[in-house]
Amino acid sequence: MSDLTELKTGEGRAKEITRRNFILGVIAGGAVVSAASYRFLSSTAHGGVFASDAGERLITLNVNGQQRRVDAMRQETLAWTLRYKLGLTGTKLGCDRAECGSCTVLIDDVPYYACSVLTHTVRGRKVVTIEGLASPSGKLHPVQQAVVDAQGFQCAFCMSGFIMSAVGYLKQNPNPTREQLAHGVSGNLCRCQDYTKILDSLMKGAEYMRRA
Amino acid sequence: MAEMTPAELEKIESLKPIPFGTGYKLIGKDYSTNDLVAKVTGRAKYAEDFRAEGMLFCRLVLSPMPHARVKRINAEKALAMPGVKGILTPDEVPGHADYINDNGTTIKADKWGELALTDHPMYQGEPILAVAAVDELTAAEAIEAIEIEMEPLPFNTDPLDSLRPGTGNAREEGNVWVREGHEAPKLKVLKWTDEDFAAEKEGKLPMGHAPDEWTYGDVDAGFKDAALVLDETFLTPDVSHQCLEPRTTMAHWQNGKLFLYTGTQSTYQTVPAIARWMHMDEDKVVFISEYTGGGFGSKITGGLTLVVPALLSKKLNAPVMMRISREEEHFIGRARPGIRGRTRVGFAKDGRITAVDMFLVSDAGSYGSNGDGAACGSITSLLYQPPAMRWRNVTVATNTPPRSAQSAPGGMQAIAIMEPILSKAARKLGIDQVELRRVNCPEGKAEYGPPNPRTGKRAYVTSCYLKQALDEGAKKFNWKERVARGPKQVGTKVRGVGVALSTYHGGSIGFDGLLVITPQGRVQIHSGIGNLGTEAVIDVHRAAAEVLNVPWDACDIIWGDTSKPMPYTCASGGSQTTHAMTRAAHAVGLECAQRLKEVAAKTLGGQPEQYEVGNLRVFRKGGGAGMSFAQAAQAAIKLGGIYDGHEANPDVHKATKDAVAALAGQGLVASAKDKYPHDGDSYSYLACFAEVETDVETGKYHITDYLAYADVGTVVHPAALGGQVLGRSTLGIAHAIGQKWVIDPQYGATVAKRFYQNRPPTILDVPVDMQWDALNIPDPETPVGARGCGEPPVGGGCASILNALSDALGDNIYQRAPVNADTILTSYEAGRPMQNPLLAHI
Repeated sequence: MSDLTELKTGEGRAKEITRRNFILGVIAGGAVVSAASYRFLSSTAHGGVFASDAGERLITLNVNGQQRRVDAMRQETLAWTLRYKLGLTGTKLGCDRAECGSCTVLIDDVPYYACSVLTHTVRGRKVVTIEGLASPSGKLHPVQQAVVDAQGFQCAFCMSGFIMSAVGYLKQNPNPTREQLAHGVSGNLCRCQDYTKILDSLMKGAEYMRRA
Repeated sequence: MAEMTPAELEKIESLKPIPFGTGYKLIGKDYSTNDLVAKVTGRAKYAEDFRAEGMLFCRLVLSPMPHARVKRINAEKALAMPGVKGILTPDEVPGHADYINDNGTTIKADKWGELALTDHPMYQGEPILAVAAVDELTAAEAIEAIEIEMEPLPFNTDPLDSLRPGTGNAREEGNVWVREGHEAPKLKVLKWTDEDFAAEKEGKLPMGHAPDEWTYGDVDAGFKDAALVLDETFLTPDVSHQCLEPRTTMAHWQNGKLFLYTGTQSTYQTVPAIARWMHMDEDKVVFISEYTGGGFGSKITGGLTLVVPALLSKKLNAPVMMRISREEEHFIGRARPGIRGRTRVGFAKDGRITAVDMFLVSDAGSYGSNGDGAACGSITSLLYQPPAMRWRNVTVATNTPPRSAQSAPGGMQAIAIMEPILSKAARKLGIDQVELRRVNCPEGKAEYGPPNPRTGKRAYVTSCYLKQALDEGAKKFNWKERVARGPKQVGTKVRGVGVALSTYHGGSIGFDGLLVITPQGRVQIHSGIGNLGTEAVIDVHRAAAEVLNVPWDACDIIWGDTSKPMPYTCASGGSQTTHAMTRAAHAVGLECAQRLKEVAAKTLGGQPEQYEVGNLRVFRKGGGAGMSFAQAAQAAIKLGGIYDGHEANPDVHKATKDAVAALAGQGLVASAKDKYPHDGDSYSYLACFAEVETDVETGKYHITDYLAYADVGTVVHPAALGGQVLGRSTLGIAHAIGQKWVIDPQYGATVAKRFYQNRPPTILDVPVDMQWDALNIPDPETPVGARGCGEPPVGGGCASILNALSDALGDNIYQRAPVNADTILTSYEAGRPMQNPLLAHI
């Protein structure tokens, strides 16, 4: 339980999602399944057939500023919950194993690979996805606007992840050099290999953020 | 050169770079493409983002063996599990079918071709079964409960080993693809002799019988006259496409129609492929592909496995989503074939090439032959203009995942094989690297390849200004200063600079454009182009808007869904699109302008030629009567016939006629075919420059600077072009700095199958400020002057790094790519290449 607790509350090691943390999270998630405060629900989408023997629990998540109630399995990743339970398909799955960064979201303003974060571990934390960056009126976030203005990215399958990483990084370091920002988003892979144009647009995003 | 006089040559050489956008309102200007806001807000839907009520999930079962026969499948236990809905076996997948291509020619079914599921797997990772269930976990558990009995069969994963006497073949019918006449290639058995293999001991590629061969010029005389002859063996790597979006597919059926969602490189051209694989009529297929997460040649018309969810969905009467994992993508996601080349090149004292003798062993993988070896020959003959050349090639089947075209198929390998030889020759002859390339550079309507056996004439290109690109690039890169700057080595760090020429095919012709002026006065452009991020899906239509003289914000682009009408369109492969579809867009723009004038003349009086079109109006020249586009569209609907789509332009393809019929009565409907003249074959060219810094103590190196200078004709959209030039350069660089396959020959099992084992370059592997530029000299053989640029940079990207490395460390470091830290560590001190250039997949 200690790793789970640390993941929920700590500032230090918990911010680095390690394989060890991830696996421990699954084990811990299993251990609390019987806790009285959670009720079991079968999958409503499939007529109550509870096929895979994986218990779902109703939990509440703070996603893009809204409280979202969702049935999540104990081993369910945040990327899965966002995409398949909450309809937030802007978070992409390129590898599902923490290799490509397409699924990057912000958790309490820190970029995480959502494919490698268990959903139940983010209760009580603020999750922001690409859909939550623009203002409710539809005004794009400065980094989004910069990408539009600079024609950043090609196929854009990696784009959500890059933008979330950049926004997270720029909150910590609003005035980076090209080299620093490249390091900031180096956990994200672009197979169109459009890196120069991506960096151009994200640097412009940094400038827009400073001006905003 | 094809019939060029000295005066013509002089004229070509006098052409200078032109500022982007000169003479145009839209073309050559940067703008934000219409799909970008959806992308940055996460609203853009890729295949896995679609949902349907009651959607099931399916998972594939992959063969654990590289060659086997499935003897028995028992899925009883699995099917009895709660939530498991059904399985799909190979006997339920439609077999190979004949098909009729765009030209009306019937292509016979390939009995050796690949199917979506097989009971006779030819490579480890080939799909043999699919299971559908309410969720993926249930499907995965069901797979564990299925009993599969397999009989292992002999296999071979190394093409050279397969040619050795007494070794096994990848397939029962043979090991080598042989093309006779115009027939499709056939599998034959080919084994070389022990004597043929004698050269192997010296680290040279053995050269036995090669089924493919051509020659032009006097090769022997070329070598006799040469001041320097180099004989080099080199191996290029097998590299997976690794599109970031796996080939995930969702399918459902409604009223007898198949609705299929997956990412491909062509919206229009994918429907016939689906219909062929499914044995159904094209008009029963609705294909949705609004956004595609990368293709690079592996998704021209979608992955073959897309039939699996389509068939399961039909069988189970429910929508089915088949997500493809990154590991599965490695097996079914295609790759560039590695080529072993042994190339002799003769040079005169001034660096001019006197003859080339190129011998290639290409790896075809488990299914089908490929054109990489052939393209390797023709690209070499174009890019370096040897006066005499012999090309020989053996394409060998192996029990490794299937290959397909990858950005610059064959061209990338040709350039990776040839460029290090040119660099070595320049050093031996004491000639500057840029200068040696300059004397061998193609120019104008340069000829290439062997003579056509029927006409006796060689093919030639539409235009080539590569010399200017090389000169301008050298200036911009400060080539001379970099070469002169010393010292080369400081401590353990050694710097090196490299230059490489690059080319690939850049366009096709003969497709259609389709647009509607709506009664609201909008210009509604229908695009059948795949949206894989190059932005050609939108960019090319700027040509129509330019001709119609309308502001871009009055244009709407319809794309990505075949339930909406779309014209006959090229697939976005072979860098065709910018060339082919700007031509079609230009043609339909002119057609539309003409119809607008006719509508105005019929409505307001006078003759059509007395009218002109501009600012969303058609009006009398010099003032007077006129009407808005909205009024003209309403008038066109009243006129009917050719004006509102009740009749189609008789020139267009049948598919475009069907699209016009579907739009009839919705406004002024214009369609046109690209009938512009086109003398020569369209290719694009680049000069690529790189500087590297290596650490001889650790073997680590990094690229400090990179510049690609392009001759791609008119620049249509500078930002998008820059993305292509540098993006595809980096795809090429990947082949130089790290990407390759690793396969265990003992078990035929793939070892490198995930990103972390076979990693494409990250943002830290390339300079933070890569540079590009373009001549912007229009191609004289196409109305907008624009050619494609997806593939041409790839070879130059790879080879400029290889050349910079040999400039830093000498000629005796590598005989194969990629060059990793261990390559440098092992070879630098030994003073000779320590890695075997003949073994595959190590």
